[in-house]
Amino acid sequence: MFNSLDQIFVTALHWLVSFVPEALRPLASSLVCIAFILSVFPGVFAITTIFERKGIGRIQNRYGPNRVGIPFTKIRLCGFGQFIPDGIKSLTKEDIVPRAADKIVHFLAPVVMLIPVMLAYAVLPFGKNMSVTDYDAGLLFFFAVGGAVELSVFMAGWSSRNKYSLLGAMRAIAQMVSYEIPLILSAVTVVMIVGSLNLSEIVKHQNQYTFGIAHWFVFTPWGLAGFILFFIASLAESNRTPFDLPEAESEIIAGYFTEYSGFKFALFFLGEYLGMFAIIGLGITLFLGGWTSPVSFLTWIPSYVWFLSKLMAIVFVFIWIRATLPRLRMDQLMNFAWKFMLPLALINILVAGIWHYLGADWQRWPVCAAIIFGAYAVLGRGLMHNQKLGKRIYRYAE
Amino acid sequence: MLGEQIIKGMAVTARNFFGSYVSKERLTTVQYPEEHLVPKENTRQFPFLVYDGDDWEKGLRCVACQICEKECPPKCIYIVKSKDKKPDYKGQPQLYPLTFDIDISVCMSCQICVEVCPFESIKMDTKFELSTGDRFGGLLISKDKLAKSNGYYQRIHPQDAADSDAVIAAEKAKAEAKAKAAAEAKAKAATAAMAAPPAAAPAPPANPGQKS
Repeated sequence: MFNSLDQIFVTALHWLVSFVPEALRPLASSLVCIAFILSVFPGVFAITTIFERKGIGRIQNRYGPNRVGIPFTKIRLCGFGQFIPDGIKSLTKEDIVPRAADKIVHFLAPVVMLIPVMLAYAVLPFGKNMSVTDYDAGLLFFFAVGGAVELSVFMAGWSSRNKYSLLGAMRAIAQMVSYEIPLILSAVTVVMIVGSLNLSEIVKHQNQYTFGIAHWFVFTPWGLAGFILFFIASLAESNRTPFDLPEAESEIIAGYFTEYSGFKFALFFLGEYLGMFAIIGLGITLFLGGWTSPVSFLTWIPSYVWFLSKLMAIVFVFIWIRATLPRLRMDQLMNFAWKFMLPLALINILVAGIWHYLGADWQRWPVCAAIIFGAYAVLGRGLMHNQKLGKRIYRYAE
Repeated sequence: MLGEQIIKGMAVTARNFFGSYVSKERLTTVQYPEEHLVPKENTRQFPFLVYDGDDWEKGLRCVACQICEKECPPKCIYIVKSKDKKPDYKGQPQLYPLTFDIDISVCMSCQICVEVCPFESIKMDTKFELSTGDRFGGLLISKDKLAKSNGYYQRIHPQDAADSDAVIAAEKAKAEAKAKAAAEAKAKAATAAMAAPPAAAPAPPANPGQKS
């Protein structure tokens, strides 16, 4: 019974596809999958905006939105209806294009943002047997389409013909290119251990239990380091605080989408959040066991529930970090990427190799942990070296 | 070590997050339309007219002296004086305003009218939910709506109301004492005149004599 509940979406897909003639079945199947992704993840986005506003409100000792519920009734749903008026508002707002803007590129930028982000979902396994395409080079595909997001950001910044947009776009390019390297290098360790780029294969490798605890990669020294590196890099890739320099509202208004309004702005917003979910989904798949359960006695819970709850948990950590950390300066951002993240990711690759060649021995645990911890301590000290923290002196303002 | 302070900061925000669900004191937000903050003693929004007693038309303290109308910086007060007079709280006949309008779309809540009023008549109200669909008529407040009892004033500004009541009581006492003194002097004069008519009789002609 639990198994049929677990496979309910797969069964439904087969049932729906059985209505169309044999020749059209692959097409129908992919259309249904696209419809599924297009309906589920924007829905998750809508709920996340409320969670974010309420969570940040609570962290700042406020209530957050708590008014909008079901229209024409007194039912408020704790404000969880807020996303509907927000959506209606952005749909009905005037779409203003600056006179000096490059109109075609300005129009295309949000579309170019959304398409690669949506494509990335094609390879993520949301549950058991629930990836849209079982693609052998899935991880490579994910990073390849993810690279196209930078193009849309620069299109938006360039075509707006606004200095703040261009500044934001240039910051975004610098940041995304810098952080893509530790992102990919930290993912490489998993590929080394599993020996496959297929994301379903990677999840299957983690779906084993010893003493009732799953073999998630995050429970190994190299996996933990890889996960933390991946997590920080994915924060930077999705332009979230403390890496929100491309859209730093206190410095450059809204960065590359300063000149966007109405639904195009909403599309950028949607694209950013969907990109964030995709990259979190990849992080879950690589290090947190994808759709598997952490302990063997909870395997009866449907796989997609596990995936979604892990996704929401990490989104909550993102919100938590957003409410805690202030924005980095540009040079701090670059120093952190090139002087800390990149060396640590390279050392982590080495550690993954050592882990593999030491075999199933228990000694590999202390050895790998010691190398990673030592590297972390040394690199962290190097990063904080030469930093004279103290009272700031303003040379000209006094 | 790197990251220590980040963990400390995360702990602080987590404590705030969970604390806001546990203790109500943390939340400073007032859920406005349902809840209201108690206004501060010195809250002031727009002026109103104070009246004594129960009947607002009879008890209105305003004597239509038009000082507030003249002093009002944005000129939002409009007064028409009455032709006849009616007695005020001292029993003295005074004018009263036939029309007293305040355009609160113009009023800037400066309280100058309150400062200049010699009759403790115009005071500041604490009501602020005055939005209306009619932006001309709805914001022009006439005498009948402006008149509010002294009891209301004592409720919204207890300290100021006590002060102004003391001023009025002092004025009244002074007026009564004067009237009493005048009455006594009159009575004395009458008794003196009765007791010594010959002594008093030459006195009146003496005055013109002195003057000339």
